[in-house]
Amino acid sequence: MSATVKTAGKTAGWVDDRFTSSNFLKRNIGKVFPEHWSFMLGEIALYSFIVVMLSGVYLTLFFKPSMIELAYNGSYVPLKGVKMTEAYASTLNISFDIRGGLLMRQIHHWSALFFVAAISVHLLRVFFTGAFRKPRELNWVIGVGLLTMALLAGFAGYSLPDDLLSGTGLRIAQGIVLSLPLVGTYLSFFIFGGEFPGTDFISRLYAVHILVVPGLILALLTAHLMMVWYQKHTQFPGLGRTNDNVVGYPLLPIYMAKAGGFFFVVFGVITLISGLVTINPIWLYGPYTPDQVTAGSQPDWYIGWLEGSLRMMPNVEWVIFGYTLSWNILVPAVILPGLVFTVMAIYPWIEQWATGDKREHHLLDRPRNAPVRTSLGAMAVSFYVLLWIGGGNDLIASFFDMSINTITWFLRFAIFLVPPLVFVATKRICLGLQRRDRDKLLHGMETGNILRLPHGEFIEVHAPISDEEKAVLMAKPERTPLTMPEEIDENGVAMPGARGARLRAKLSNFYYADNIPLPTREELEAAEAHLRHEVEQAAPAMEEDRRLIPAHDGSVLHDPAIDK
Amino acid sequence: MKKRSRRRSFAAGILMGSALILVGTGYAVVSAETTPSPEPAVAAGSLEQLQLGRQLFLEGCSSCHGLQGEGIAADNATGGNGGPSLIGAGEASVDFQVSTGRMPLAVPEAQAPRKDVQYSQAEIAAMAAYVATLGPGPANPTEEQLNLENANIAEGGEIFRTNCTQCHNFAGSGGALTNGQYAPSLMNATPEQIWQAMITGPQQMPVFSNETITDEDKQNLIAYVEALKVEPNPGGLGLGRIGPVAEGLFLWTAGLLSLIAFAVWIGAKVR
Repeated sequence: MSATVKTAGKTAGWVDDRFTSSNFLKRNIGKVFPEHWSFMLGEIALYSFIVVMLSGVYLTLFFKPSMIELAYNGSYVPLKGVKMTEAYASTLNISFDIRGGLLMRQIHHWSALFFVAAISVHLLRVFFTGAFRKPRELNWVIGVGLLTMALLAGFAGYSLPDDLLSGTGLRIAQGIVLSLPLVGTYLSFFIFGGEFPGTDFISRLYAVHILVVPGLILALLTAHLMMVWYQKHTQFPGLGRTNDNVVGYPLLPIYMAKAGGFFFVVFGVITLISGLVTINPIWLYGPYTPDQVTAGSQPDWYIGWLEGSLRMMPNVEWVIFGYTLSWNILVPAVILPGLVFTVMAIYPWIEQWATGDKREHHLLDRPRNAPVRTSLGAMAVSFYVLLWIGGGNDLIASFFDMSINTITWFLRFAIFLVPPLVFVATKRICLGLQRRDRDKLLHGMETGNILRLPHGEFIEVHAPISDEEKAVLMAKPERTPLTMPEEIDENGVAMPGARGARLRAKLSNFYYADNIPLPTREELEAAEAHLRHEVEQAAPAMEEDRRLIPAHDGSVLHDPAIDK
Repeated sequence: MKKRSRRRSFAAGILMGSALILVGTGYAVVSAETTPSPEPAVAAGSLEQLQLGRQLFLEGCSSCHGLQGEGIAADNATGGNGGPSLIGAGEASVDFQVSTGRMPLAVPEAQAPRKDVQYSQAEIAAMAAYVATLGPGPANPTEEQLNLENANIAEGGEIFRTNCTQCHNFAGSGGALTNGQYAPSLMNATPEQIWQAMITGPQQMPVFSNETITDEDKQNLIAYVEALKVEPNPGGLGLGRIGPVAEGLFLWTAGLLSLIAFAVWIGAKVR
């Protein structure tokens, strides 16, 4: 035994004597995780968060969260001598005078964008596959909390450098606070320590950005991961996969290697982009002063939908007893996000109540097998994208030679008309795919081989589908809507709670009524026999076809080489 | 049989390709020989220059601006578009509009776009000199005024951010205005054109007279824009310098898709 192994063994023994860690490891080292590329979207979020933290620590060493005014004297000539806050000056120093500073700033900013984007696609994956269902509802809520915190962290970070763009964003935030009825003005004075922008705000925001929000994210993240660990990961239906098992790779060594490798891929891609593509060139924006603003003032992409809702909202204000109620800000910037996040957070319970499905689910839905949920999700995505377009309406106008007014008016109608259309279209597509699945089970898959029968009829030869595919298709859950309850009992007395139950039955009907049922056992057996017969019947003809060579002029020859 | 026919089809392609190249280059050579129009040799301020200017004006401008530059009212009944009076427009206006290719107008739309210049420098000067005789108006900046040697770029940046960025964007990349109008990018504008635009206020732009921005401040401002034009992007690709929307687009396309591609690769089943 080599000295290294001996030392390692001794160390392991020392640790084990004190923490009995081998028990813990024995239990968990072989834990199995199912495999699918879409399960790694959450990993992208986790890894970009690690990159955000690492690069952020570097930036804290040089950033000065102070609003003291000074004249810039760094190496960026176009701003030499310009009055600015120390926060902005120190960000310029990080960009131009500190070794690796600009790269670190860009890594920090790009990875923050990646973090929120990865959370978003991860959320879509969880939603569309129904992974939020019992027993994982609470973890869904934690996920929504993580998304909210990520938006908050991002917005706070965007506002810290005190350049023209971040100041403009803060001004909008202050406007939103002011729009709150009754408390708005007081709250704004409280947050900014007086009139906007004041001299306190950057240092307050700094504490939020580097301490409060990251702390909350870390806590929520830990809970999120522990719950995934404890409740085990969901899996897609497939051969040998049931609601009671987990099929996949063990944590060590395969999964650890893959996940660890993926961390470096994420780190590498982010660093590469940060080295090659500018993000937030604060030196071009200049320092913030409240009397300046730039065309193309936009937030980072994840606040873009709220920017869009603000830009689209018509200018509605009420003046009541001399007090202004700004619906034009309240609706798009307070009520809308409040509604969106609330509905998102309680969706698992909405669906549970509507469908009456309170069973545990460890097997994921294929999106087509839950057409209404999938359509609701697609509808939400289209709503979000329209808001996004609204947020970039000026750039769309100038790049596509359009009128910004036309875009805005189009969006004001589209935001109500397009999502329902998307709902209907998505549902049709889902049901079409369900029919195709049923068709595959009953008739096998199309081979593309066209056969002409002796009496002149053309048929396409079908082949049986693989066992794996069959297992996936057959795993489709049977879903029947709740039955409509009686309104009056046998004595002619109104049933208590009948109205709620009827609403529920209607909703359940809405969710499930159109589902295409799986073929019955008899249908399947008949179909299998038919298919076997068809394949046998076609076999000689297909064999002969293989021996034919189509010549250049369109004639057909027998290839003597194959014939022998 | 097969081989020969394949060779023949290649030959046809090559023949066609070389014929196209021959015709193309031939045309380019011939047209290049005929393009340069003769520079009319007229002295600045001479009678000949004014005569040439008037002639060019009558040919190229009078259909909209009137035979005396008095302007033509838009006629809604016939759909005639008309054009504004040029009396008092001054040589700076003419020089700016024609030297950026905005005039003559190709088609009436929300705003005249910058396009290829239709006249030589001497012709533009002649037209400008002629229009200047119609009534007193802003004059072209002198060479001394356009001397940027002692300009203060940082000071210019302050003026730029206070007066220009709200329409032309923080890096002079341009931006949208209402109803299809826009503030164009400044990256193609010469110092002279920027000066002219400030004193004449073309299209949607307000006039920045000497009371608002002094000559010295104009020099500082122009020096800042000139510096912006040549300033490299220390952070890598500039993404058009139009702000976070381009960054978001890059993230969702190139950025996130490449990571998802990696995830698909890592998550792929071993067969």
